[in-house]
This record gives sequence, C-alpha cells and structure tokens, in this order.
Amino acid sequence: MKSRYLPLAATILIFVLAYALCYAQFPSMLSTRVIGNLLTDNAFLGIVAVGMTFVILSGGIDLSVGSVIAFTSVFIAVVLANTGLHPLAVFALALLIATAFGAAMGAVIHYLEMPPFIVTLAGMFLARGMAFVLSIDSIPVTHPFYDTLQSFYWRMPGGGRLTLIGGLLLLVFAVGILIAHRTRFGANIYALGGDATTARLMGVSVGRTTIGIYALSGLLAGLSGIVFSLYTTAGYSLSAVGVELDAIAAVVIGGTLLTGGSGFVAGTFVGILIMGLIQTYIIFDGTLSSWWTKIVVGVLLFVFIFLQKGILWLSARKAAALHHAHGS
Amino acid sequence: MEKPQEPLLSVASLTKSFPGALALDGVDFTLRAGEVHALLGENGAGKSTLIKCLTGAYRRDSGDIRLSGRQVDPRDTFEAQALGIGTVYQEVNLLPNLTVAQNLYLGRQPTRFGMVGTRRMNAGAQALLSQYGLDIDVTRELSSYSVAVQQIIAIARAVDLSGKILILDEPTASLDAQEVRMVFDIVRALRERGLGIIFITHFLNQVFEISDRITVLRNGRLVGTRNAVDIERLDLVTMMLGHELSQETIAHRAAHKSEGEVAYRFRDFGRAGTIEPFNLEVRRGEVVGVAGLLGSGRTETAEAIFGVRPHASGSAEKNSRQLELSGPRKAIAAGLGFCPEDRKTDGIVGDLSVRENIVLALQARRGWARPLPRQEQIEIADRFIDALDIRTTDREKPLRLLSGGNQQKAILARWLATNPEFLILDEPTRGIDVGAHAEIIRLIERLCEDGVSLLVISSELEELVAYSHRVIVVRDREHVSELTGEEINTDNIVRAIAADSQPEQAR
Repeated sequence: MKSRYLPLAATILIFVLAYALCYAQFPSMLSTRVIGNLLTDNAFLGIVAVGMTFVILSGGIDLSVGSVIAFTSVFIAVVLANTGLHPLAVFALALLIATAFGAAMGAVIHYLEMPPFIVTLAGMFLARGMAFVLSIDSIPVTHPFYDTLQSFYWRMPGGGRLTLIGGLLLLVFAVGILIAHRTRFGANIYALGGDATTARLMGVSVGRTTIGIYALSGLLAGLSGIVFSLYTTAGYSLSAVGVELDAIAAVVIGGTLLTGGSGFVAGTFVGILIMGLIQTYIIFDGTLSSWWTKIVVGVLLFVFIFLQKGILWLSARKAAALHHAHGS
Repeated sequence: MEKPQEPLLSVASLTKSFPGALALDGVDFTLRAGEVHALLGENGAGKSTLIKCLTGAYRRDSGDIRLSGRQVDPRDTFEAQALGIGTVYQEVNLLPNLTVAQNLYLGRQPTRFGMVGTRRMNAGAQALLSQYGLDIDVTRELSSYSVAVQQIIAIARAVDLSGKILILDEPTASLDAQEVRMVFDIVRALRERGLGIIFITHFLNQVFEISDRITVLRNGRLVGTRNAVDIERLDLVTMMLGHELSQETIAHRAAHKSEGEVAYRFRDFGRAGTIEPFNLEVRRGEVVGVAGLLGSGRTETAEAIFGVRPHASGSAEKNSRQLELSGPRKAIAAGLGFCPEDRKTDGIVGDLSVRENIVLALQARRGWARPLPRQEQIEIADRFIDALDIRTTDREKPLRLLSGGNQQKAILARWLATNPEFLILDEPTRGIDVGAHAEIIRLIERLCEDGVSLLVISSELEELVAYSHRVIVVRDREHVSELTGEEINTDNIVRAIAADSQPEQAR
C-alpha cells in the first residue's frame, strides 16, 4: 500500500474496531437510528472540520471557526428577531460575511507574512467580540421556516432519520473530496502544504490560494453556524467555544499531517464519526461522565501523533534504502 | 532555420552588481542549439548570478541578452519559462508529497468543466516520461523515487514547459556514478533534439565527458570559452584558480618541517559517499593545508573530523589514545574547533551580541547547568576583541551588524576562547577585505607558534603555500596526494588537482 494511505487506513481500522467493540456491548448501536443521530449531532462540527482539513493540508491553522459559528448563529437570530427578512436571505448574508472574514484573514496571512496561528487567533477574538456586540443573551429563533426545514428528513431503512443538516454534512464532505482531488485549487493546496517556496517556483499563485483556503474555511464556518442555528434554534454568543479545537482533533485523527501536504478529506469524515461514536457510547452506557469523550480523544490524538512520526520515520528509511540500492 | 550560424542564446557584456560587490563584470556568453556548454568557476565566480540573470531571478544592470537574435529581459522565472528557458537545480525543486503526474502538470492539469482529468493527466505523464526511458508508476508520490529519478522528472518538466534552453545547475552533485550516467544519457538525447544545454558542475571528469564547449568565470569576469576537445585539464584548472603557471613568486615561508610530536592521528577515517577513507597525522604546532576544487571533498574532510557528518569508518587518536569523534560535542571535548565555510548559515548567530557569540562554544563545553558568570564573559569577550582587533563599537552589538572580516574574527575568537588544541578553518579568508585577510593569516601563524595544530582549507593557493607545513590535495572525494617541504608551491598543487583520475569513475 502507498504510504500516504496508511494514516487513512489506520483511522478506518480504529473506527471499525471501536464500532465492533460498541456493538459487542450494545448490539442496538448498529442501527440506522444511531447513525442518523450521529450525523445530525455532529453536522456543524463536521462541516467546519472540512474547512479545517483544507487549512491544515496547506500547512496552516484556523482558530477562528468556533467564534465564527457563534457569531453567525447570533447574527441570524438577531436579524430574524428584528427584521422581516426571510431566513434564506439572512443565511446568504451570513455566509457572505463569514467568507469575507476568512478571505481577509487569508490576505493578512499572505501579504503581511504573518503566521496563521496569530492572525486567526486575532480573528477568533474579533468574531467572538462581534457576537457579544450583537447580543449578550441567548436569543431563540421562532420562525415558521425553521420548523419547515426541521421537518425535512429521509426515513432510512430501519427507522433512522437522515435530517436536512445530516444530509448537508454528507454533501459538504462529497464536495470537499471533489475540491481536494479533482480541482487545480485542491492540487495547489497540497502543493502549498508540501513546500510553499517550491510551489511558488512551480507556478502556484500562493496569494490567491492562501486567500481561497481561508475564505473557504470561513464559508464553511458560516455554513456550520447556520446548521448550528437550525440544530439549537437559538443564537448565543457563548456557544461553540472550543469547536475549532474539536475540528483540529477530528482532522488529525482523520490522518492529516499537521505539517501539511498529506491527508484526506474523507479521513476527517471518519475522524468525526470516531468522535461521535465515543459520545454515543457514553450515552448508551449511561454511567460514564461525558468528560470521557475528551480523555479518549486525547489518547487517540497521541496515538495518531506517534503513528504519523512512525510513518515519517519509515518512509525516510525506505528512501535511504532506495538510494543505497541504486548506489551499489 | 534561415540562419544556422546564429546562436540560440547570446549574452553580451552582462553586468550585475550588489551593494559592495560587482558580481558580474561585462561577461559574454553564447549558447548554440544542440550543444552542452559547461559553465565553470569557483565559489563567487559569478556562475549563479549569470544563471539568475538568465532565468529572471535577478534583473541585470546592463548588457544584452538575445534569444534567437531577439532581445529579451525576463522579469521572473515564469517569463523565462515562457521564453523557453528552463532550469533544474541541485536540490530537486519539485514537491515530494505530490504524485509524479501532479508534479509534471501542476498548474496546467487537463480539466473538463473545472474538474481535473486525473486519468488523462496520468496517461500524459506516463507518455512524457517514457520519452526519457522512465517507466514508473506516475500515481505514486515523488518522494518514493530516488534522487536520480526525481532529477529526470524535473528535467522532463522543465523541457516540457520551456523547450529551448535547459540550465542544469549541479544536477549530479548528489548522484552516484550509475545515476550520473542515467542523467547524461538523457542530456545527450536532449542535445540531439536541438536544445541548448548549460551545464554547471564541479566535477571535471563530467565536464570532459559531456560538454562541447566550456566557459570559465572568475571573480565575476569571463576568463575564456574553449572547445572541450581543445583544452587540457591542467589549463582548465589554471583558468579556474587563476594562477599562471611558472610564475612562482611567493616563497614558501615554512620551509622548515614542524618538529612537534604527532598530536592527532586519523586512520582510514571516512564516510562512504562523502569522503573516501584517509590517513592523516597532525603535529603540534603544524599547519596542514587542504587544497582542491570546490566539491572535491575538502569541507567533507573537515566535517567528518569534527563530527558534523560523523565518520562511518576508521578511528582517531589523540596523543596515541583512542578518541571518539561521533559528533561536534565529542569533538569539542577532545579539544577540536571548527570554523565553517559559510559563516552566515553555519557559524554566526547574527542576532546574538559579539560577546554572546564569542563565549558560545566555551559555554557549550561547560554544559548548560554551569553558566559562565557574566563578568567572566565580559572579560573573555574584551580580551579577544582586543587581541584580534575586532572592530565593533560595543561588545553587546548584534554580530550581524559587523563586517564580514570582523564576523570571521569573532568566530575565530569563539574557538580560541575554548583553548583548542586542533583548529579546523574552512576558507577563513573568503569574502573579507584585504586588510582583514592579512590579519587572519598572521593569526594563523601566531596560533601555530603557540603550539596549536591547524587544518586550513582554502581556495587561495598562494595563501596555502605561505603558511602550510604540509598540503593535502583532495580530488573527487579522495585525498590524492600530500606535498611537504620544498614541494609546496602553487605549480605542484595545481598539477595534483588537475591530474587525471582513473578513466572509470571510482565509487
């Protein structure tokens, strides 16, 4: 097997093993109901994790997405409560703002040659602060259109429900995979993560790609905010704290190298499923504290860090062996 | 072609200067279609500046570049590429994490409705590489192939993108003999196709093997262009090193032999692929000079001894006692010191002050748990600033603000502060002005009077002759001869460097 598929294979293996363990203890966990809920409950995290995958593949990081989700949900709630705008128009406006916000951060990162960590940290405070400016209270959304949207679902065989936001999650992943592997933009993202200087020498427009990456991450954070708003039917500026870290965890567990240049959007999907599975297990068990999620995620992250180091070490050794084989 | 006589590329009186240095001074150069033209010269000769002017990385100050008779002025590498000038560098400038096909087609992938046609791209890559005799899986990552294959892929991309002129900047530096043959076969095939190829290398054997013509630069000036069949190795080395034979003027100062006992002895010391095993004895108070062309294994010798790239075979002794030299820390503990060639990247810590740079090695030897008292640091720094006449307004000034010669002296001070018994200097006089030059040479002589053993690597043959008790000549990563006493003069050194090695390349 090609070494770049190894982390993805490991992620899938862990997911299958974990699911088998869960099934052995609670046979009812293998049902479309559980899967449907898993998708619905993790929709907003999964959507934002797709954007995070692109950012990390390019060798960057985006810490602002949690705050952007909060801002978007508050923005929607405030505008719906105070104006007569149709939710769809508000959604479009929210997406526009979130995308522009991401693009601006990308421009700062590229043109001022600032580390993404600092720029998006600033973006994180800024977006959270703007949410507080709009409202410090939790504002409920009571629009009939929300009820309509929530009533859409597809009943899967076995009684599970694939809700609108669950379906949106799958759609975003499908589009993400297409972008990563079937567009020039996707190839440029991988190139940037491999070596930005070389990528520039090979003709990649580093500026346009960087801005595009963070704009995409902002767009998906905005979309995630809309999903979060539909999921909670409220907007609250203190919500979605730390979601950016959960997204990074999902990306890394999904087998993407934090140094950039190697990984798969599909891996992130499995990463999301693993994290959701742990939560589901805890709910089924009933006695475990929900903090066990954090502990297991922490352990998994460590496992993946070691795995990535091991793979790097192995491929370096293979390269050396290759050279020797030619040399003798 | 209406005018077959017209050269593919002609450069006339090209000049380029940088603050404080004239990198190219009125250089002429022509390249014909279907020839391999070697460009030779030591470090700082102006080869890379010339190449960068051609590829648009630098803008020339004055002069004329004509491509097929039409004046061109590439502003960046893409414009040069569009004009037909492609470059392949020593370090493969491709992306190891992408597939071979992606590397070949990055930025120009075949698309349909905005989607990349992966299958079409892979087929194209396969077909392109088969022209070069490579039948490999193009869907694997680039990093899974050897450097030689990567180099060929880089050539394929450059030719596919530009297609008139191919510049090969030391493409063979990290390849072994068999891989070099592979690359040369391809270069010959491209020559048949009518490309003009500029070939830069330090390996004279390779120059004679593949070049049609040879141009030598020195200190930014054109020394001359010759047909490869018309020139002897000896003449070529003389052109490169700039020394006129039989013009021996500088007397060998240290005609006397050093009488000290052997302090360090190296037996079969070496590392496969970088430097062949060598035997070396260094006496107390002796200066051993190391001569050879760039890339011949001079620096590699020093790095093996100091443990920068640790030796793989052989053993070392100090005063007849076994010595372990597996890394710089061990070497420092054994009384060694090393001033590397490129002080900008290997030696100075530019943002630290003069004082901190001077005490760095001493502190490293003491270990981090026993910091040098501030007062002692100041005393040491002041002593050396005074002794070596380091021109600085303040001992707390960041080292990068000092001139090259003073930086070099600060690095010397760093090692002298550790009271080394064996000091290795790699090109101690490169890039510093004439006054500082003489001071460094005086310092070398003073050190050896104090009983320090020295190994000095230098391209300045007169300099080596002036202070060395013995001179080791290095060629093709091998210590090939040793000159002592009266034998030491520039004539003999140049002859030893130029002497033909075995017809087949030893590896």
